[in-house]
Amino acid sequence: MKLVIIAGTPGAGKTSILINTIKILKGTITKPAVVKVDCLATDDDKRFATLNIPVLTGLSRDMCPDHFSIYNLDEMIKFADKNSADTLIMETAGLCHRCAPYTDNCLGICVIDSTSGPNNPGKTGPFLSCADIVVVTKGDMISQAEREIFREKILEANPVCKILDINGLNGQGAAELAKHIIAFDKKVTDRERLRHNAPFSVCTLCVGEQRVSKKYHRGLLRNMNGFQKYIGE
Amino acid sequence: MEQIRNIKIIGGIDKSGKHENIKCFDIAQGEIIGIVGPTGSGKSQLIADIEQLSQKDSSTRRQILINGEIPSSELRNNPRQKLVAQLSQNMNFLADMNVKDFLLLHAQCRGKSMKNIDKIIYMANQLTGEPIKPKDNLTILSGGQTRALMVADVAVISESPIVLIDEIENAGIKKHEALELLSGYNKIILIVTHDPVMALSAQKRIIMKNGGMTAVIDASPEEKTISSQLSKVDQTMLKLREMIRNGQHIEEKDINQIFLKPTVNNKMATLIHH
Ligand SMILES: Nc1nc2c(ncn2[C@@H]2O[C@H](COP(=O)(O)OP(=O)(O)OP(=O)(O)O)[C@@H](O)[C@H]2O)c(=O)[nH]1
Ligand SMILES: [Mg+2]
Ligand SMILES: [Zn+2]
Repeated sequence: MKLVIIAGTPGAGKTSILINTIKILKGTITKPAVVKVDCLATDDDKRFATLNIPVLTGLSRDMCPDHFSIYNLDEMIKFADKNSADTLIMETAGLCHRCAPYTDNCLGICVIDSTSGPNNPGKTGPFLSCADIVVVTKGDMISQAEREIFREKILEANPVCKILDINGLNGQGAAELAKHIIAFDKKVTDRERLRHNAPFSVCTLCVGEQRVSKKYHRGLLRNMNGFQKYIGE
Repeated sequence: MEQIRNIKIIGGIDKSGKHENIKCFDIAQGEIIGIVGPTGSGKSQLIADIEQLSQKDSSTRRQILINGEIPSSELRNNPRQKLVAQLSQNMNFLADMNVKDFLLLHAQCRGKSMKNIDKIIYMANQLTGEPIKPKDNLTILSGGQTRALMVADVAVISESPIVLIDEIENAGIKKHEALELLSGYNKIILIVTHDPVMALSAQKRIIMKNGGMTAVIDASPEEKTISSQLSKVDQTMLKLREMIRNGQHIEEKDINQIFLKPTVNNKMATLIHH
């Protein structure tokens, strides 16, 4: 089973580029299945369903959606297997800038909206810096100059990535992404490891404390001045 | 980047799987090529083939050669190399910066000298009626100023050897001059357009149909004359815009002076009057 993980902030264009790419993949020997992970609700399953491929959704609810997708990866692979797919494509919710859901043997794709401003690539964090491919969307809305500046900022954050410009509306550029997915030859193993650790700062808020005042909190905590310390037993 | 003197498009197949009429087509630096045809006729795919330097590996099976040779993998894979720079009607500047700072940032990203900044603003101002000032914020520029600045910036700072102009019909800029500026910087210019001013500015037009290149036609000498006359119409329209903007009255002489030959003059004048 090939694993393709698509991460990117909400509304970046993940589903749009995937729909265009999967249409092309369906005309090849590739048999894709899709899993969409979101927090509370999603419509993406309905959009994917029009493609007539196996689709599964997972809602993470109380859990960080990235942690949720990592924790449920085995199950997702079983789902793809059962539906005789050979390529599992996972679209994440992409809310958390600290988590990167890529495993060492997946094809990690970060989708980033070029209208988000030239400072955005520098703020995006590990899901951009550990990606194999960075897909830039919405290039139809900005100037060539801004596209070139944006590209340079992506390379500053991730010098080894492959950058693809894809228009989510008309699918221009999606064929190139399909080519990369077809050419990708790693398979997931049962010993997958994350490329980047999930944040290890755990605190009382993580386990449901609602009171705000500082005195109620324990765990690995960081102050406004950037000083981090462990408070507790 | 290795200098790109010409690109060769080797024809593939159309949407019905038949060989394209055009087996081979060369485009040289500084040339302006129109791409015309109805929606869905394969214009975007042709551009995508050029942009991705297809090697018979796209749906059209076309092959693109650079300077007569199969392009290096460096040219295909280096993320800093982008063969095609695009300009279109829908594109805007979104950065909240003034013109000068923005151009400096762009020049810096592309490793270009800062000397070019004033030149870009000067050139942009040759293409638009409303002068752009270095301290103007990008986001308040008018449509015409925006397009003019984009053209000048692509000409001077972008390294992409090919410029794709996609439907800039109502640009509010001197289109003919814009094309001359780009071709003067030795760019290969591809124009997807149905606008006569733009289409007739091209030396050749590729005619697309059913996904294939069905013909290439050279602009006839007559079309060249028409092109320069249309370009005057275009300039007159811009001038009239400026006059209206400045609260002036428009007089008949303001539109009559644009036509060279009296015969055409009469014909066009009747067209305009009716
Ligand atoms: N102009 C333009 N709009 C785009 C492009 N790609 C996507 N969009 C629009 O952006 C919006 C969000 O796109 P989606 O594909 O739903 O984004 P997403 O990343 O899947 O969003 P979530 O799954 O909600 O996180 C939609 O309205 C798309 O039509 C593009 O290349 N250009
Ligand atoms: Mg989505
Ligand atoms: Zn997280």
